[in-house]
Amino acid sequence: MAEIQIKNVAKNFGGYQALHDIDLTISDQEFMVLLGASGCGKTTLLRIVAGLETATTGEVWINGRRVDHLPPKERGIAMVFQNYAVFPHLTVFENIGFGLRMQKMPNDEVKRRVERCASLMHIEQLLKRYSGELSGGQRQRVAVARALAMEPDVILMDEPLSNLDALLRLEMRAELKGVLADSKTTAIYVTHDQVEAMSLADRISVMHQGRIVQAASPIEVYRNPAAEFVAGFIGNPPMNFLRAEAAGAGKWSVAGQTVDGPAASGPLQYAIRPEDLRLSDQGLPARVKLVEPLGAHLQVTCDVDGTAIRAVLDSDLTLKPGDAIHLAPQPDRVRWFDPNTTKAVQ
Amino acid sequence: MNARLLPYLLILPVTLFLCVFFLYPFILVAQQAFSNGGEASLQNFRDVIGYWKFPISLRNTFLLAIIVVPIQLALSLLMATMVSKMKKGRDLVLYVWTIPLGISDLAAGIIWLAIFEQSGFLNSMLAGVGAVDAPVNFLSYQNTFIVFLAIMLAEIWRATAIMLVIIVAGIGLIPKEYYEAAEVFGASPWKRFVKITLPLLRPSLQTALILRVVLAFEVFAVVAALGGTLFPVLMGEIYSYQFDLQNGGNAAALALIVLGISLAFTLIILRALRVPKGATI
Repeated sequence: MAEIQIKNVAKNFGGYQALHDIDLTISDQEFMVLLGASGCGKTTLLRIVAGLETATTGEVWINGRRVDHLPPKERGIAMVFQNYAVFPHLTVFENIGFGLRMQKMPNDEVKRRVERCASLMHIEQLLKRYSGELSGGQRQRVAVARALAMEPDVILMDEPLSNLDALLRLEMRAELKGVLADSKTTAIYVTHDQVEAMSLADRISVMHQGRIVQAASPIEVYRNPAAEFVAGFIGNPPMNFLRAEAAGAGKWSVAGQTVDGPAASGPLQYAIRPEDLRLSDQGLPARVKLVEPLGAHLQVTCDVDGTAIRAVLDSDLTLKPGDAIHLAPQPDRVRWFDPNTTKAVQ
Repeated sequence: MNARLLPYLLILPVTLFLCVFFLYPFILVAQQAFSNGGEASLQNFRDVIGYWKFPISLRNTFLLAIIVVPIQLALSLLMATMVSKMKKGRDLVLYVWTIPLGISDLAAGIIWLAIFEQSGFLNSMLAGVGAVDAPVNFLSYQNTFIVFLAIMLAEIWRATAIMLVIIVAGIGLIPKEYYEAAEVFGASPWKRFVKITLPLLRPSLQTALILRVVLAFEVFAVVAALGGTLFPVLMGEIYSYQFDLQNGGNAAALALIVLGISLAFTLIILRALRVPKGATI
């Protein structure tokens, strides 16, 4: 049982505010992904939970115990580092058993745990090797096994897959998900890769400029972004935005079309995902600018009322630049944002 | 240009230089050591080893090396750890600590002589605070322990920095992530030093120790300045064979013995601190 509570945590690096008042509760056995572009503070937040960095203000609680003044080893955590940090002078066995040795665990117990974790990560045959004799993927497995061997309450992962090649990353991602679900630990996972975040997370915290913009399930973050930043960050290609002018109560004018919308004043941003647009006789008038056949579908960039809009369309279509088309949005997928607050409007 | 020949061509000048100025004189010395009156013989070695001062100078040299080098190793590790933890002023501290390196060993010996001699700073200070009535002759045959202590201090002061700079460079090569990982997995600062710093520092420790141990067996000028003939060491004996006794054969034989000792220690250090294949950073 390990619930993590981050209360009002802020971090200031000599005048630079890396984190602003972070409040986040991660439930027991939850897989929480901190997602954001580089420099958004996600790694700093993870390191504060780990105890490698001290928060300027705020508290960190793990398992109902305040830990922000404790050294890392007293927090019940284990960590997987971006560059693996597999000790080069120790064999794989001693690497996995490092934390257990530090606890002065008896030899046979160390052996039992190391062998169990090595077999979980499929590296039993590498136990006598040094890290210089391992591939990147194998080192990553050692790093994960070393964290699992601690049988921690919480596993912290700092971009653990970012140094692997694309194919290996897919394989490790699936494996990590399985292993961590079985281990019943609470996990915080930092990444800038949204696909990784979507596929692994129970909940995603999208971070931007030292703040958590939205913390919700992957599908919620995708379907109902809480802010323009989330809408523009998640999804490949990301959400399209068009300017909407008020045209009477609950009516909005978007690219010359009148559509139903929220009852609000002032101009709003009309947002729609590229895959929620389809070719139609009516809808948003668009001029095709770029056609990218991607195999599974056709990615088309159009000009709608002076704004570039991307649409993901059926790959059987034959479109060419210059064509005048109409793009019909799926009505229940349209989202609205207030350009002043950048927050979603219901 | 043939790419396979190019590397050999590039090292040719330095190879020639080493052959002419090191290998050739070395062969001459070896020839001199192993011959007596034009015939091949071990007489020079028998003379040198049988001489009454040989065991004393051998013992003194070893004693100095065995006491000074570990102290220097510990000090340089401590200093290097301190320097690497500094955020500001790191370079300044390092420069100050390495000043003694720029001073010749004879000058270093004379500096410490100025402290310890009868009219030296130590005596003036002791007299000044009223600790002694008359100046004490510290560096006399009655105080051989103080002579040894003075030589030890001068050697530590003079030659610790050579190990320090090598170890500072070595510590700089160890990625910070290893320390963070060790910390997260429960290693105390001391454990991190013993389990991470020391093993990962092996290549630098090898270089530093070999350099320092070889230099320790070559100790000469500092001893000459502070101890004169009170504290005979091997290098001093070679000097006196060559220039006082005009016996080139004996000097060459003793020089080869020192070379043998240095080589043996180099091999021991290489072996003791070797890094297994695949275990490098």
